[in-house]
Amino acid sequence: MAAGAASGGSARADTYKDARGWLLLPSWAVLGIFVLGPVCMMLIYSFLTKEFRGGVIWEFSLAAYDQFFFDRGLFGDEPPSIEWTYITIFWRSIWQAGAATLLSLLIGFPTAYFIATRPENVRPVWVFLITIPYWVNLLIRTVSMKFLLRDQGPLNDFLIGTGLIDSPIHIVNTNFAVQLGLFYSYLPFMVLPVYAAVERYNFSLSEAAADLYASKWTTLRRIVLPAVKPGVVAGCILVFVPSMGSFLAPDLLGGAKNFMIGSLIEEQFKGNAGNWPFGAAASMILLTMVLIILMFSARQQAKADKTEG
Amino acid sequence: MAHVNDNIKAYKGFRSVTLLCLVVLYAPLVIVTIYSFNASQSITNWEGISLRWYADVFTGPESEKFKVAAFNSFTIAIIAATCSTAIATLAATAMVRGGNFKLRTVSFGLISLPLMVPEIVTAVATLIFFNSIGFTRGYMTILVAHIAFCIPFAYLPISARMQGIEDSFEQAAMDLYATRRQAFTKILMPLMAPGIISGFLLAFIVSLDDFIITNFVKGAGIETLPTAIFGSVKQGIKPNIMAISTMLLSVSIVMVTISYFVSKSDNTK
Repeated sequence: MAAGAASGGSARADTYKDARGWLLLPSWAVLGIFVLGPVCMMLIYSFLTKEFRGGVIWEFSLAAYDQFFFDRGLFGDEPPSIEWTYITIFWRSIWQAGAATLLSLLIGFPTAYFIATRPENVRPVWVFLITIPYWVNLLIRTVSMKFLLRDQGPLNDFLIGTGLIDSPIHIVNTNFAVQLGLFYSYLPFMVLPVYAAVERYNFSLSEAAADLYASKWTTLRRIVLPAVKPGVVAGCILVFVPSMGSFLAPDLLGGAKNFMIGSLIEEQFKGNAGNWPFGAAASMILLTMVLIILMFSARQQAKADKTEG
Repeated sequence: MAHVNDNIKAYKGFRSVTLLCLVVLYAPLVIVTIYSFNASQSITNWEGISLRWYADVFTGPESEKFKVAAFNSFTIAIIAATCSTAIATLAATAMVRGGNFKLRTVSFGLISLPLMVPEIVTAVATLIFFNSIGFTRGYMTILVAHIAFCIPFAYLPISARMQGIEDSFEQAAMDLYATRRQAFTKILMPLMAPGIISGFLLAFIVSLDDFIITNFVKGAGIETLPTAIFGSVKQGIKPNIMAISTMLLSVSIVMVTISYFVSKSDNTK
């Protein structure tokens, strides 16, 4: 079906060669003005002085970044020491996102592998079943998760009913609840790339390994996993990146003790207590981290493509 | 590929993990759907089936708020999806039928930008942007933000579809003296229909579902369904919220299912 598409650069159709400027103009304009432009604006704002009732004063200042990394005492005149509050919040976000990624990998890899080894005509149905929940409103999914997990919720009722536990397990407002929420939010992002990689994997290799007396788990570890690694890496990044900046799962499932970057940023823009330059600086730091991860992954992907081709 | 024995492919336990995965994915949605039909005032006790909370959504004390929010949500979703689908179709035509050009990679990067930048960062940036140009936040700011971030969601199925259609159809039409415009509207567009419909539906759902960006750019006094739901949930999960959630999740599932079957249909044969 995709005959002309796969041929890549050389034989690309060029019917609209002379019109492509006009055709691209609307998307360039909309995305340039309303996404790229705002991000640049945000960079500028992070170097401005805060206005006390929200907003900014147009005066250059490094105060936002300084506040993020250094503690200069109550009156700002003490020698700077490292400010741990915000670094801790960032560190917690990385840790939580990492745990959610690991959880997604542990559940997502076997699922993707299982789907990829089904008969060809039923695979799309399985993939569809995995992706449906992703399209349901993230807020509704997170609220549903909270409803299910809360102390008097159906899960605890069920476990008490079966006699497995005597008193409800507290899940909501723990780190684990946030990880579960993130896992639930982004699981399809793990399953889909891993599935695509396993589907391309040549199972004759597993057969060869079995012929040479490799155990099944050895085959999985030494043969299958290295072959599908690009898919696994892509899946991990696709789960990790949105998890790190997520707002709903930590806000609804985590409570005040499990503050993550998303909530820290949100707080800076709510009401009068906010600090816009600081919020912009925190967003810039998050964006920089994400871009570094994406660049790293693009390089890995390019390397993998080179060795394959 | 040679046929490989299923025993070699299959791993014990992977099937169970897959089933567990499906249970985890669907259990919260199923539970909320079931409890939305609960007759009880409390969300904990089950007192039999009733449509009482659905009636409450439409006629109860909060119904006016929900009606306005639903109107905002659906009109924004329809307009944003229409605009972003049109923009994405033009962009896809240039990217897939425009030959090789230098700015191709840059264009693709720009189109996928909303997917790469964390949503909260886009939200902050858009808020700052509207604030700095002195634009009052409200319906229009939500709409513009939605059009922008829906573009990649519309673009991906549309460009995938266009890559699957060989340009020989249009070339044949133009060899027979059709103008390029005619070849576009009479040949390419009808063949593209499944991709365009599925792009539109995905953009529609993404707009309808968005919470974070909307919450930042909406300003005071205007709500969409997700921001109204979030506001209510902050005071605890109430049964009418479960009813409204069930309706909203049904809309999403129906849309995705249509999109799935439409994109599967192949009219190029």
